Amino acid sequence: MALVTSEPAAAGSSPAAVVAPIAVSLDHVRRGFGEKPALVDLSISAPSGTITVLLGPNGAGKTTAVRMITGALSPEAGTVRVFGLDPSTDGEAVRRRCGVVAAKPALYDRLSGYDNLAYSAALYGVSNAGIGAAAERFGIAAALERQVGGYSTGMKTRLALARSVLHDPELLLYDEPTSGLDPESSVAVLDLIHEMADEGRTVIMCTHLLLEAEGLADQVVVLESGTDVISGRPSELTRRYWPDTIVKIAATDPAGLAALRGKPGVLGIDLESEGPATVRLDDISRVPDLVDVLVGAGTRVTRVEPFTPTLEDLYFAVRGMRQ
Amino acid sequence: MSWFRVKTIARTDLKQLAQARDFWGPMVILGSVFFVFVPLVLLLAITHVGDIHAVQQVSQALDLLPPKAQAAIRGTSDSARTSYALAVYLFAPVAVVVPLTIATAVGATTIVGERERGTGEFLAHSPAALQDIYLGKLIASLLPGYATTVVGFGLYSLIVNLVVGPKVGGWFFPTPAWWVLMIWVVPPFLALTLAIVVRYSARVKSSAAAQQVAGLVSLPMIIIAYSQSTGALFGATNTGYAIGALAWIAAIFGLSRGMRSMTRARLLGVADEA
Repeated sequence: MALVTSEPAAAGSSPAAVVAPIAVSLDHVRRGFGEKPALVDLSISAPSGTITVLLGPNGAGKTTAVRMITGALSPEAGTVRVFGLDPSTDGEAVRRRCGVVAAKPALYDRLSGYDNLAYSAALYGVSNAGIGAAAERFGIAAALERQVGGYSTGMKTRLALARSVLHDPELLLYDEPTSGLDPESSVAVLDLIHEMADEGRTVIMCTHLLLEAEGLADQVVVLESGTDVISGRPSELTRRYWPDTIVKIAATDPAGLAALRGKPGVLGIDLESEGPATVRLDDISRVPDLVDVLVGAGTRVTRVEPFTPTLEDLYFAVRGMRQ
Repeated sequence: MSWFRVKTIARTDLKQLAQARDFWGPMVILGSVFFVFVPLVLLLAITHVGDIHAVQQVSQALDLLPPKAQAAIRGTSDSARTSYALAVYLFAPVAVVVPLTIATAVGATTIVGERERGTGEFLAHSPAALQDIYLGKLIASLLPGYATTVVGFGLYSLIVNLVVGPKVGGWFFPTPAWWVLMIWVVPPFLALTLAIVVRYSARVKSSAAAQQVAGLVSLPMIIIAYSQSTGALFGATNTGYAIGALAWIAAIFGLSRGMRSMTRARLLGVADEA
């Protein structure tokens, strides 16, 4: 899926050419609750038809950002635009085009699954005709007549997801949708979110689970204390933090790995007293020559492994640098 | 504002209330006690044991009623006149106390309950206007109380006419003043009280606090409604119209203020805009 931001999204990100129109943009948004700041200076830019994952610890401002996007809350400073509209003034028009799943499923326990969906359909001004299909899609059709109070957490999440797409929204806002789910249900929910993005919907998802974001995100925005720390495609971001090829090399005698210093293609080496050395190379093709060097020097190599930084590595690297 | 959404919100709230047996069970008992049990026992006692000393004393106390009210009392015996007076004048507050109690109990948790269940988030993100939500909630709080009153009033009328009617020359209830009370005076008092209660429901942090506030708000409202409704019954029908008109003006003012006080931040349970 193509994704490029149209404007400098956040600290450290580089401007790029426009590929998709921007569905959601928050520009230097600030919002507090009484004395407590929730968003300090948040800028997000989510292109249409992509999945943007807001990553951050609890209290980073992810939920407040979602509430700003639908106009449920207004910014004290900065601008929010959704499909070019200001949610503070065009709230109804914006909210009609949004489907939201909150951190809690926000369902009416005393009503049946069907009644929950019918309530939403009525408020969004659509007929009940789509209820069956939405429930079927999210695997909850068989339980529609039961009271939601008797649903499991996974069933509630599925019903909330079905409710979020009932009015065929262009923008989906999911706030920790896999919270409280077992691994199997989480994977199923993430697959469904992927499917919806493939249909051309824009998805903004909040999570603090890095693994979840890893396979899902077209764009990641790392939030901390109400500020966007970094944003961009996961692969771009990891390249930015780790521009060189990295290989982990282990040997029976780690001191012997020092023989790699200064060899062609070796940009740097980080020798640790225990565990493998981290070797930065200009190209992965140098590895066989380097292994030859070590063997020639009498060092017994036990492991050679290319290092592919994960989102988790990136997240902690970013947070580590800030701290 | 969309009336369709107002109706949808009210209907959904009422549907949930209908599922809450733990709530409406006690409310039905409350209505039954005030509208059926107490009047039935009292009126049967008076009409069937008519010569006791207490009845004579109550009968003498009727002299304290305004002349217009005294003139309206029917019956020739002490017990007949006493039971007529009790049926028409004494139970007027019941028509106010029961709906107010039920309505404030529902209204108190209407917004804060959404917040506590997390469903306030759903409403806050929905396209429903704040006025739609406020009015929908208000109607859903008002209807159970008023419906109980209407049903209770029907049963009460039946009891009064069956028990007292034969002693005073036939069916006589409701009197014109009671019609005015039920149709014109009680609804605005209910609306005004609920406007205040729902407004506070949006502001407080928990259902428990909401119930406390509802008690504080509804008590003076019950006293005012009690005195005004009794006055409406004692006076001419015109007095009832005048009291009702004033109550409607106050209710409309309360509703408009309540509507303005609703924010999405309050549905979400976060501190409001400065």
